[in-house]
Amino acid sequence: MDALKQELKENIIEQLNLEDMTTEDIANDDMLFGDGLGLDSIDALELIVMLDKSYGIKLTDPKEGRAIFESINTMAAYITEHRTK
Amino acid sequence: MMKKVYIQSVASISAQKTFEKDYFLEEIEDYEANVINVINPVYKDYIPPAAARRMAKGIKMGVVASKIALHDAGLESVDAVITGTGMGCVRDSEKFVSAIIDNDEQYLTPTSFIQSTHNTVGGQIALELQCKGYNFTYVHASNSFESALFDAKLQLELNEEKNILIGGVDELGDHTTKINKLINHIKAEAVKSSELLVSNTTGAVYGEGANFFVLSNEKKDTCYAELASVKMFNTLAEEEVLQEFKLFLKENNLKVEDIDLLVLGNNGDIEFDGYYNNLSKEFNNTQQAYYKHLCGEFHTASSFAFWLASKVLKIQSLPEVAKLNQKTIATYKTVLLYNQYRGENHSFTLLKKC
Repeated sequence: MDALKQELKENIIEQLNLEDMTTEDIANDDMLFGDGLGLDSIDALELIVMLDKSYGIKLTDPKEGRAIFESINTMAAYITEHRTK
Repeated sequence: MMKKVYIQSVASISAQKTFEKDYFLEEIEDYEANVINVINPVYKDYIPPAAARRMAKGIKMGVVASKIALHDAGLESVDAVITGTGMGCVRDSEKFVSAIIDNDEQYLTPTSFIQSTHNTVGGQIALELQCKGYNFTYVHASNSFESALFDAKLQLELNEEKNILIGGVDELGDHTTKINKLINHIKAEAVKSSELLVSNTTGAVYGEGANFFVLSNEKKDTCYAELASVKMFNTLAEEEVLQEFKLFLKENNLKVEDIDLLVLGNNGDIEFDGYYNNLSKEFNNTQQAYYKHLCGEFHTASSFAFWLASKVLKIQSLPEVAKLNQKTIATYKTVLLYNQYRGENHSFTLLKKC
């Protein structure tokens, strides 16, 4: 699980061009949207594509995203349970 | 009565350190290449990281150049933003198209697509300035900047706007550069900047850059120059250029000897430099300048010439490195710019001392 969390942080930094951030800057329970990392709706789309491409998870219900993308912890838990690759 | 149009401020990001305040080509970056990139300012000093993270280089160059131009004009905002670009945000276009191919038309993400349009730079500038006025982007190959210039000139003359931010911006993209090498639009060999015009080969040394200006219909003590006239032609035969040039001078009540400085867009391509050489011969008693050895060739490279000419008229000095002949002039009053690319999209731009 820890390796997955590290991988997620690296992917998020790369995919979302968070040039000034390192993996150490993102805590596992930091809020990714809103007051935390400050990600926005375009980033949410990028994350949905990332789940599909990297882990074979297709999110069909957009409402699910709100809970899944809350933090690195919630993302890692969902991916561990639903990944197909 | 039609109002006059003045250049209030200038800003340039190019392959020289033109983004530095008061720099005027004193120390030159001498290249030996067939493609030259800009010298980047510290973008973070101008753009918040959250905003910058989705911006490709061309957008950053445009936004920063626009901020420098506004600062130079002492303005917080403008009435309109008019941008010219030949290729637009080519890096994001390449990224998006590559992703389509690499991922077999799946897993497409929105960012590069959103940012890949030609008017992204103009849009981002307006967002940064919170300018909700007229916003237009001209995409017309090597007449893109002049089209923006012409639009701004008409609006200011008719007093529809007071202050307009205009600019020309183009960025280099890896794939586009590769294609331009394949079709020999880029020189096959590396060329020293100082030897560009004697390279005696086909193709150009490609470059990139962003040059922005605030134009206004109010004359201030700090003005750089007056924009007197702009004229564009899509197609002209080599022998027609001189004829059209004479007509342009006549329309502006000028004679050849009234021109104090002629700024030519020679890029060292033996196939097309003849267009410039014809004019150069006609103006053999006039001081002449060139600039594409300093910034490279790109669709809005003429905006660098506009920056150069504006500074010449304000400072009353032509940098040694830009001199094409050894004629001297006591006072620069009237400067004429001529540009074309591969025999198409010709422009004449006339600037006068304020």
